[in-house]
Amino acid sequence: MARKSAPDDLLAPLTVAVGQEELLLDRAVAEVVAAAKKADPETDVRDLAPGGLQAGQLAELTTPSLFAERKVIVVRAAQDLAADAVKEVKAYLEAPAEEVIMVLVHAGGAKGKGLLDAAKKAGAREVLCAKLTKASEKLAFIRGEFRTLGRAASPEACQALFDSLGSDLRELAAACSQLTADIEGPIDEAAVAKYYSGRAEATGFEVADLAVTGRAAEALERLRWALAVGQPPTGITYALASGVRSIGRLATAGRNLRPADLARELGMPPWKVDRVRQQMRGWTGDGVAAALTAVAEADAAVKGGSDDPAYALERAVVAVARASRISSRPY
Amino acid sequence: MSVWDDLVGQDRVVEQLQAAARAARAAVLAGRGEAPEGNASLMTHAWLFTGPPGAGQVTAARAFAAALQCTSPDLDLGGTPGCGFCDGCHTVLAGSHADVKQVRTDGLSIGVGDMRALVLRASSYPTGGRWSVILVDAAHRLTEAAANALLKGVEEPSPRTVWLLCAPSVQDVLPTIRSRCRLLVLRTPPADAVADMLVRRDGVEPEAARLAALAGQGDIDRSRRLAVDDQARARRAEVLRIPLEVADLGGCLAAAQRLVDTAKADAEALAETQDAKETDDLRAAYGASEGSRAPRGMAGAVKELEKRQKSRATRTRRETLNVALGDLLGFYRDVLAVQLGAGGAFANEDQRPAVQRVAGEGAAENTLRRIEAVLACRRALDRNVDPLLAVEAMTVALRAG
Repeated sequence: MARKSAPDDLLAPLTVAVGQEELLLDRAVAEVVAAAKKADPETDVRDLAPGGLQAGQLAELTTPSLFAERKVIVVRAAQDLAADAVKEVKAYLEAPAEEVIMVLVHAGGAKGKGLLDAAKKAGAREVLCAKLTKASEKLAFIRGEFRTLGRAASPEACQALFDSLGSDLRELAAACSQLTADIEGPIDEAAVAKYYSGRAEATGFEVADLAVTGRAAEALERLRWALAVGQPPTGITYALASGVRSIGRLATAGRNLRPADLARELGMPPWKVDRVRQQMRGWTGDGVAAALTAVAEADAAVKGGSDDPAYALERAVVAVARASRISSRPY
Repeated sequence: MSVWDDLVGQDRVVEQLQAAARAARAAVLAGRGEAPEGNASLMTHAWLFTGPPGAGQVTAARAFAAALQCTSPDLDLGGTPGCGFCDGCHTVLAGSHADVKQVRTDGLSIGVGDMRALVLRASSYPTGGRWSVILVDAAHRLTEAAANALLKGVEEPSPRTVWLLCAPSVQDVLPTIRSRCRLLVLRTPPADAVADMLVRRDGVEPEAARLAALAGQGDIDRSRRLAVDDQARARRAEVLRIPLEVADLGGCLAAAQRLVDTAKADAEALAETQDAKETDDLRAAYGASEGSRAPRGMAGAVKELEKRQKSRATRTRRETLNVALGDLLGFYRDVLAVQLGAGGAFANEDQRPAVQRVAGEGAAENTLRRIEAVLACRRALDRNVDPLLAVEAMTVALRAG
């Protein structure tokens, strides 16, 4: 079994880039290619598009050339390779050619897992390129971009950029380099606002979180954004309903349950329980009842019961926000 | 056992249909020149069977179809058509008679394509020389275009074609079709007749049969299910716990969740027993056997069947929830009856203590508002509101009273 290559050894004979985040995959490939070219400007780079590796081709590519030049072979979408090609790649991994750097771009997951395992076993350098899902990860990505570009950006600026561009990493990366080129001095919120405004993403769940904490004005604003970016109205009523429902459930759940049991009982992850617990302040049983009724009406309205789904949603949001402040009968 | 036995408490309808079947037979014989024409006005080419859900519209229509095809030798001696034993009756009831076509759907609507094909069939002569019967189960599920296509067939009848349409009420059928049909209204079968049938046909204990008949509120299928299926009974009992649980909000939310889950599980159980059997039957029809290669063409047919089964599951889920709401409605009806001091039979004889308790806790106005809430929930479900949300809105309304 081959020795495992160090993670920072860009010239390792075998690199696997695993994940589905296109930008990161491209960067992983580009790094290797750049490093190889730096080491030897004559390097021959063969970037094989998905489906580009036919059976028998690999042997041809990896045969040492007359001039013993360095070669980089990039196999894109390695999870979709045909069975014959997979066999050949595996055979190659057993006996790699010298002066050849191979980069396998693999989506991860169950498809084509055999090849990935074989590559790892052969001591591949692994680069993780998983999709960034959490907002905090994306903010960290933005900060990292500015750092790589050698500029400082305030946290507010990063947040503003994220809000107005959304979650596509390519777009975020492009915006970061654009801002770095355009702006002299520190990058702050005002500078971002000069070039980017608006809001790229607003979800029903954000609307619901604002509404159940009684912030009607903000919730309405977010609702307008959500509709403007094309969120389906039914998704928004669903989010509102589940927001109110969680409050009702948690408020009426057993008092002396341990947090883990409580989370299991309610079918929510523990962090959600904590969040709902904060939102729960000010709510009463009648409030939950009134809010649920209002949301149910809105759901009928957005499913064809009314001419103006947006208005029905606004009314529901206001009703929920107001219901969070009803002080009467307890649960 | 004659074909009319399954029709419970519908004596007048049965009489009318028997008379029509006799007239129809006379017409067939007259056509062959064997006998004089009878009272031809008793028979007509299009019938519309309506009545409350579960009263047995389709059963009545099928019995009538069987009577039209009856070949019993007793008929010559003045017997009633629809013996239940002859080839004609037997094959109609089994759904395999060549001249009886039953149109039904598991999905949500019957399309125009199916109807056009039928209209063509309606203009052809019956192969058995009696009557060509087309039975449309659930005529209210015809799309508008399909109903208009059907109108063509009903409007220009060929002499030996009979249309039997079944629908919950007259309003569910286009007026143009309605005006060309003879209307038969089935009444809600009385509970003791239903109980009698359960005892006689399904061998249920008399007391259990009585309770099931009352609980079914005139829906024969539902009553039978309650009488013979322990699970259905247990689930009904669970639904009827809801009125006692909605006092606090936690109970409301939990009850709603449970109701929706129960409805889902119920539909799944029903679908599971049917789906497995249907798939097996289809495989058997293709001659598949364990361990050998799948016969050619079977995979596609199975896939098609699975698609239909899935759409049926969706519909069943909705209908099962509706049954639960019906149970609740019956419960509050009984509560109202107690509060107003009205006599009459209880639908929920087995739940009398709970009914008394709920009746004692509120006024008749509250009960009426609760009944409104249940009806509103039913409307909301029809409008495709998220089931959990709709039921939650109902249970919190039940809590408010």
